[in-house]
Amino acid sequence: MTENFEKDEFSGTQTTGHEWDGIKELDTPMPRWWLWTMYATIIWAIGYWIIMPAWPMVSSFTKGVIGYSSRGSLEQALADASAAHATDRAALVTMELSAVKDDARTYQYALQGGKSAFAVNCSQCHGSGAQGAPGFPNLNDDDWLWGGSVDKIYETVKYGIRSDHDETRLGEMPAFLDDELLTRPEISDVADYVLSLSQSNSDADAVARGKTVFVEECASCHGDKATGLREFGAPNLTDAIWFYGGDKKTIVRTISKGRANVMPAWVDRLDDSTIRQMTLFVHSLGGGE
Amino acid sequence: MSKSAVENVDVSPVNKKENRAMFEKREKIQPKKARGDFRRLKWIIMGATLAVYYMTPWIRWDRGVNAPDQAVLVDLARERFYFFFIEIWPQEVYYITGLLIMAAVALFLVTALFGRAWCGYSCPQTVWTDLFIYVERLIEGDRNARLKLDKAPMSGSKFGKRLLKHSIWIVIGVLTGGAWVFYFADAPTLLKELVTLEAATIAYSSIAVLAAATYVFGGLMREQVCTYMCPWPRLQGAMVGDETLTVTYHGARGEPRGPHKKGTSWEDGGHCIDCNQCVAVCPMGIDIRDGLQMECITCALCIDACNDVMDKVDLPRGLISYDTYTGQFVTDPNKKLKVRLIRPRTIIYGLILALVGAIMLVTMLNRSILDVNVIRDRNPLFVTLSDGSIRNGYTVKILNKTHEARHYKIDIQGLNNAQSWLQVDGPRNHALTVTVPEDALSSVKLFISVPSADVPGKTQDIDVIVTDMESAETETQTTSFKGPDK
Repeated sequence: MTENFEKDEFSGTQTTGHEWDGIKELDTPMPRWWLWTMYATIIWAIGYWIIMPAWPMVSSFTKGVIGYSSRGSLEQALADASAAHATDRAALVTMELSAVKDDARTYQYALQGGKSAFAVNCSQCHGSGAQGAPGFPNLNDDDWLWGGSVDKIYETVKYGIRSDHDETRLGEMPAFLDDELLTRPEISDVADYVLSLSQSNSDADAVARGKTVFVEECASCHGDKATGLREFGAPNLTDAIWFYGGDKKTIVRTISKGRANVMPAWVDRLDDSTIRQMTLFVHSLGGGE
Repeated sequence: MSKSAVENVDVSPVNKKENRAMFEKREKIQPKKARGDFRRLKWIIMGATLAVYYMTPWIRWDRGVNAPDQAVLVDLARERFYFFFIEIWPQEVYYITGLLIMAAVALFLVTALFGRAWCGYSCPQTVWTDLFIYVERLIEGDRNARLKLDKAPMSGSKFGKRLLKHSIWIVIGVLTGGAWVFYFADAPTLLKELVTLEAATIAYSSIAVLAAATYVFGGLMREQVCTYMCPWPRLQGAMVGDETLTVTYHGARGEPRGPHKKGTSWEDGGHCIDCNQCVAVCPMGIDIRDGLQMECITCALCIDACNDVMDKVDLPRGLISYDTYTGQFVTDPNKKLKVRLIRPRTIIYGLILALVGAIMLVTMLNRSILDVNVIRDRNPLFVTLSDGSIRNGYTVKILNKTHEARHYKIDIQGLNNAQSWLQVDGPRNHALTVTVPEDALSSVKLFISVPSADVPGKTQDIDVIVTDMESAETETQTTSFKGPDK
């Protein structure tokens, strides 16, 4: 082998002794900077093994002297983020809800936090723009079943509607047909009457008949003028907004079968600060009272 | 007239292309001190550029209250760039693009006219290397003394000189980095913080990085930065033409070169006496007599050295001088330099420069101090209210670029019987007035509701007009009002 080594006359470098079809490979040394970089990375790696978790073992791994773990680092980051909010959160929970608006910083904090809390917890039913869906109220408008002031919204978010919480808001739309409280023709008449409150073209006779039934059966919750009653969450039937739908078929179904949609009580799931943030956010959407 | 004999220097142009072998340790260049007009010019330019660099952050410029009074300031925290009367916001970064384009075209123009004048006189690499060599010369002496010191075994005196030299270099490096950070914060405040060790970590680390870069580039790497790292020498060929003025050795006059005996006739040989002074003074380690080459930064020190020699041997100056490519074939030393500065290439560069400058100036003068953005809510597109009216929501962003709080009024055009209000905080604001603090962007929520009878249909263009109540400046944004199908 050794006799194959020779010096290349042009570069002055030794060859490796390898030759392919007359082409000889020069034994050019590595550039110095490259070598030093490699040595440095080797030293770095050794230090890394000692300091950081590195080698897999049979049932565990080498932990490293500073006790770093990616889970621990995540927990730390979450704790740090939470600590960074501590002041604003403390301010928010000690303040009167209706007074938060006067404190620009806390209010902005609440709106931003409420926006993301809403996206995580509320948008599944109310929609990402709080636009609602049949059975799930639109939170942008000025029609509120249980009241649209910050305190009322706060109570609703906290305890829910027909939830399993003791303080829950409770109201019931009976199933007038299923419970044999009204007959089918009566229900049809009441539906005509309810429709007539917001629309002009209706069957006058049916409306007149329906009005009698309404006063007897419905006015106790929806009010004599059918404008609703917030204590029971009974909707205003004279406005342009329909909770489940404003066509006759849907109204008939509502009266016949009753309605009992549920909103969960958030007090058991979220901290007070988050609930307040969501409350203020919902209130800011344009319909807040 | 008795003139001292010209010393013949034993020097080899180590950075000349043919002399640079791969994988070989760099041979240190020890340039000899040159004396003459160009050396003097270089000292002046060095002083001026260093003064500009070090003094600029300390120039004050009154912008009134609520704004920094530093003439040139890159305020990263508040996202502003201040340059005397100019104030640039992040969204106006195209002004900086414009400045960079102008700088590039100006560089092209100068190169087309005078070759690599930028490299030779005002490039920071040249200026700082020159400064470092000056320090080296003060401590270790000129070329010969330095060569001797390099060869000498390590001794107390050699160690002392080396230590002193490197220490001063590092101090210069630290001062260089130290001046840099003043461009990013209020200079007097930062200086106080720096000395009392209260400045931000980023300030110290920036100084450290730049100090290291200055020390390594100016003290240790020098010409290697120009030859290997900088892209400009490789690009310059595209700008340099036959009529570009550049440092030129008049080969036709100088060759055949060779030693000349005092008193003998010049008839037999060229005017170059091969004394190698031009090579000895060259900081780039090349031989200008090889002609125009990539390594040459046209610092013109060889001109000074050669003129000195020509004086000594009683020949006209200018064997090496600024000349055009064609000029080097002229044999008559007294022939006047003929240069055509105005030619298609320089006219085009000049026009581009003027055009970009004019665009910048016009946009700068028409720069608005009010910026309005109206973003309509898209989720939901519209909201039906209890009384059947339709409400649309918008986010209005008003940018106040002045240094005082301004009051704005919003008007809506294009809808009948519209009721609008702003929801900033507190109760609904039906007067549609907003106060935006100085130098800030305010975002307000605008609601417009239209009775069902007046809803224009699925969509209708409307104008949101924002008026500055002090200056009456207005800004109109067109957006749309959406409703259900009729």
